[in-house]
Amino acid sequence: MSSFSLNRKRLKQLLPTLTLISIVPAWEVLCRLFEVPDYLLPSPSRIAEAFMEVDASRWFNHLWATLRVAVLGFGLSMLISFPLAIAMVCSRYMTRTLYPLLVIIQSTPVVAIAPLIIVMFGTGDAPRLTITCLLTFFPLVVAMTTGMMETPSELIELSRSLKAGRHKEIMQIRLPYATPHIFSGMKVAITLAIIGAVVAEFVAAEEGLGYFIQFSTSYFKVPQAFSALIFLSAVSLIMFKLIQWSQKRFFAWSLPKEQRK
Amino acid sequence: MKPYVTLTGVGHTYITDEGKPVPALQNVNFHINKHEFVAVVGPSGCGKSTLLRLLSGLLIPTEGTVAMFGSPIDGPREETGIVFQKPTLLPWLNIRDNVLFPIRHKYGNVTTEYRQRADELLSMAGLSDFATRMPDELSGGMQQRAGIVRALLLDPEILIMDEPFSALDALTREEMGFDLLKIWHERPKAVLFITHSISEAVLLADRVLIMSERPGTISGELVIDLPRPRSPETIRDARFNTYTDTIRQYIYHPRTDSKAKESSKVVNL
Repeated sequence: MSSFSLNRKRLKQLLPTLTLISIVPAWEVLCRLFEVPDYLLPSPSRIAEAFMEVDASRWFNHLWATLRVAVLGFGLSMLISFPLAIAMVCSRYMTRTLYPLLVIIQSTPVVAIAPLIIVMFGTGDAPRLTITCLLTFFPLVVAMTTGMMETPSELIELSRSLKAGRHKEIMQIRLPYATPHIFSGMKVAITLAIIGAVVAEFVAAEEGLGYFIQFSTSYFKVPQAFSALIFLSAVSLIMFKLIQWSQKRFFAWSLPKEQRK
Repeated sequence: MKPYVTLTGVGHTYITDEGKPVPALQNVNFHINKHEFVAVVGPSGCGKSTLLRLLSGLLIPTEGTVAMFGSPIDGPREETGIVFQKPTLLPWLNIRDNVLFPIRHKYGNVTTEYRQRADELLSMAGLSDFATRMPDELSGGMQQRAGIVRALLLDPEILIMDEPFSALDALTREEMGFDLLKIWHERPKAVLFITHSISEAVLLADRVLIMSERPGTISGELVIDLPRPRSPETIRDARFNTYTDTIRQYIYHPRTDSKAKESSKVVNL
């Protein structure tokens, strides 16, 4: 292969990143050109400056508070989702009973009931984890249920013709079959988990990136709030990529062929 | 000698969600002898799939009995292997593990004996070089071969095949048919081969059963007296065409066309 076509290939791979990065100088130029005041839209350089002004240890504490709740909440949500999805796959009665209930929970604005949850569970991680779970478990349950229901009937018949039992049918056929769906659900859920953690911090917290954004805004430290916001988005993106990576690394078969390598 | 499988007055009626009965099969009577290759032809929607489920014990008939080795069956039996229309391999297992899956699924572990058998069967099916490949890296024909090997691993006495080659192109299909016969010669077993291709049925089977629609039943039977082993030569045999024509006539003009009746050797059931 000629070096020219190789370079082209590299360029094609890097193009999305380059495009995203090019937004930064454009933003900077526009802010300076129109002399946009900091409290409306701070320029990237001001945001970077504000970011550096805050101690690394403080950043770390806020990050840890948010990440802990998001990741634990996400994990808890996964743990709750599996039995719920399995129950719905196993019995029509459960589907008819649980689905409406799940939809009701999902359509209740979590932001609205967050203060109630704080009242019920007091301070600490418990109410925040609850809020995160409430926000994340729906896409997970739906993804798992859909995936397990889509298992080809022939495979179910194969299992039944072997008299392997319902337990093995679920664990060895239906659940693995749902893997691609489960990963799609996880990608949605992990970003929601971060949102859940931040929402909880907005209601009651003394630390966390969400708390820090609110705190900064109330003191009109807009560049600082922006720096926390961008930090948060970066964390969210990394979590998303982590899930994407683990699918590629451990469940490559569940990806379309062209995405495996 | 007692036939391997006997169906006596078998009928099956499904009940829809609204409680309406839908008859799928009615008064089906036939038998399969030891090491006999029986094909069932019929239009789509005539209850072939129901027949497969009844024979494999996945479904219990609402009327009549399905008996195996003389005793009525009340559920899936170890002596039966099933090959489906689609290969339906598990996408997370390589070909060898897919072939071994029934063993692992049923017993929890796989003995070296089964591993050897799997490798033996894979090489018989020309899949040795693909044993460690993932299913979607193989062509449709190869996937279906793996599906057949999977069904053969437990060495079933009775092999039920539900239009196994219908998703394949015509050339692969013919080749697969001959390969199936080769395996069947090496490890004889009773085969019930469901198909919608008349020529495929004649080419492979000892006996062809003809199904008719709504509600489905076996309406005719034709013994195929063609020499074995069958080969592409068989297709050129004058009798091959007579047989396919007879069946075609029978399907389109059942029992009414007197001319067809004269020449036909189809036995009305």
